[in-house]
Amino acid sequence: MIKVEGLTRAYGSFIAVDDISFECRPGTVTGFLGPNGAGKTTTMRVMVGLTPPTHGDVTIGGLHYKDIPNPGRHVGVLLDASAQHAGRTGREVLEIGAQTMGLPGARVDQMLDLVSLDGREAKRRVRNYSLGMRQRLGIAHALLGDPSVLILDEPANGLDPAGIRWMRGLLKGYADQGGTVLLSSHLLHEVEQIADEMILIGNGRIVARGTREELLRDATGGVSTTLVTALDNQQLSEALTEKGLAVHPAGAGLRVTAETVDVGRVAAERQIVLTDLRAGHEGGLEDLFLELTADTQRDTLPNEVSSEVPA
Amino acid sequence: MSVATAPATLDVSHTPAVPFGRLVRVELRKLADTRAGRWLLISIAALTVLVLIIQMAVVLGQDLHPKFLDFLQGMNTPMGVLLPVLGVMSVTSEWSQRTAMVTFTLEPSRVRVVAAKFVSILLISALALVIGLVLGSLANVMYGAFSGHEVVWGSVGKYAVYYLMLYVFGMATGFAFGALLLNSAAGIVVYFVYSFVLPTIFSIAAALMDWFKSLQPWIDFNTDQNNLIDATIHGKDWAQLVVSGFIWLVVPLAIGIWRIRRAEVK
Repeated sequence: MIKVEGLTRAYGSFIAVDDISFECRPGTVTGFLGPNGAGKTTTMRVMVGLTPPTHGDVTIGGLHYKDIPNPGRHVGVLLDASAQHAGRTGREVLEIGAQTMGLPGARVDQMLDLVSLDGREAKRRVRNYSLGMRQRLGIAHALLGDPSVLILDEPANGLDPAGIRWMRGLLKGYADQGGTVLLSSHLLHEVEQIADEMILIGNGRIVARGTREELLRDATGGVSTTLVTALDNQQLSEALTEKGLAVHPAGAGLRVTAETVDVGRVAAERQIVLTDLRAGHEGGLEDLFLELTADTQRDTLPNEVSSEVPA
Repeated sequence: MSVATAPATLDVSHTPAVPFGRLVRVELRKLADTRAGRWLLISIAALTVLVLIIQMAVVLGQDLHPKFLDFLQGMNTPMGVLLPVLGVMSVTSEWSQRTAMVTFTLEPSRVRVVAAKFVSILLISALALVIGLVLGSLANVMYGAFSGHEVVWGSVGKYAVYYLMLYVFGMATGFAFGALLLNSAAGIVVYFVYSFVLPTIFSIAAALMDWFKSLQPWIDFNTDQNNLIDATIHGKDWAQLVVSGFIWLVVPLAIGIWRIRRAEVK
């Protein structure tokens, strides 16, 4: 539905987006991941015609955005929740959108309901909104025209945990009904649970793509890893090394290149008390993400990345 | 993963483009739906009434025998100063508040959006004229009633055309400067420099240099408009108005529209 072909956007000698191609299919959620400044926003801006591409092409449902008549009815866009007039009320923002798209006023109330902004909040001026409320208003605005494509830039930014869960459910349901969703994030865990496909971008280039499982397989190179914590990590580390297993410190415990069962067996033999033992997949994905995008990270990472990932 | 049964193309056959009239209505709405916009409109109306009241007090007190045109001239001061500010802000608020991102995603044709904005300020100019004519007539009738003098109307139809042109020129020049600079503060400051400082510089230069004295009417849009205010415009004045208007209104507007078309909306 969304087709990006050989897209490049340069600003003078700085190349924000460097020859990227990907496709978002109907009925799926595509996660667009990368650190700040990787080129996600630029790509999305080109999609909706706010930024002209230097090379390449983006089409939505076979059309350039500018050729879609009344585009709000087809493509829901949220690029920056703060890009609203601070002096307008939340309701007025939606009413202007509804009027432009030629929608009945009742649609505004439906959307306010959907994003849980109550009547009193809707009457307040956007100036007094928290980032989370602006984000909800922005999502309401994107959904106003009942579009079949959603393009959302960092929609979870500023939402509280309950809000993030709500948004996940909303987007998942939307895709299940045949909608196409592209959402960007710089946080892996915001996206990995709902994205059918993930596109990792760093330095303006796509560095990896695929389903969560595919990416995991690549991340671990087919080799299983185990995360383990013992009362005496030193002792466990020595025991594992003796068995010829590769061991690295990871957070409060160890990362071992082996199946969990092998690690458990060694611990049992040596009578080492374990406090935590699990497969290290999540860490693999997080590591992959950080590793692939390391060139563009603003903060330098320690050699061994902590694999303690929020579950 | 869900079943992907939906087609990968958009069916746009049931959604006609956003009609231009709707864009104009939305732009008119945006002029008045914020506190700043609403108060600017209220201030223009309130100051206009205030000026008329003061004028009435002065003409009655000093027995000045004003005509209908004098009341129109009195009201032109607040309208002439504040309407252009509204013209500037109708464009620049989209940039300073960054709403242009939303506006241009709902209507990707930026020229249509700018045209809708321009039409909306033309409609405001027409509204200002109607209010001006009503208030001016009221003042003229009241003056007659209070003073007992005969009420002088003059060529009301001609005045209406001239003052509509004044309001349109004021708002459109503000609009053009706004489009050129895409910043509210800069647009307003530059407009006021153009409208208050520049004519003074021009007249000093004209007093000092003979060659400039003959050039000035061709390039001084502000001073040329005084002929409309006095309703004395005729013959060569029109040609001068067209030339200076081209320089100060048409050129900045054209560059401004070109800039908006190309500007990356951040």
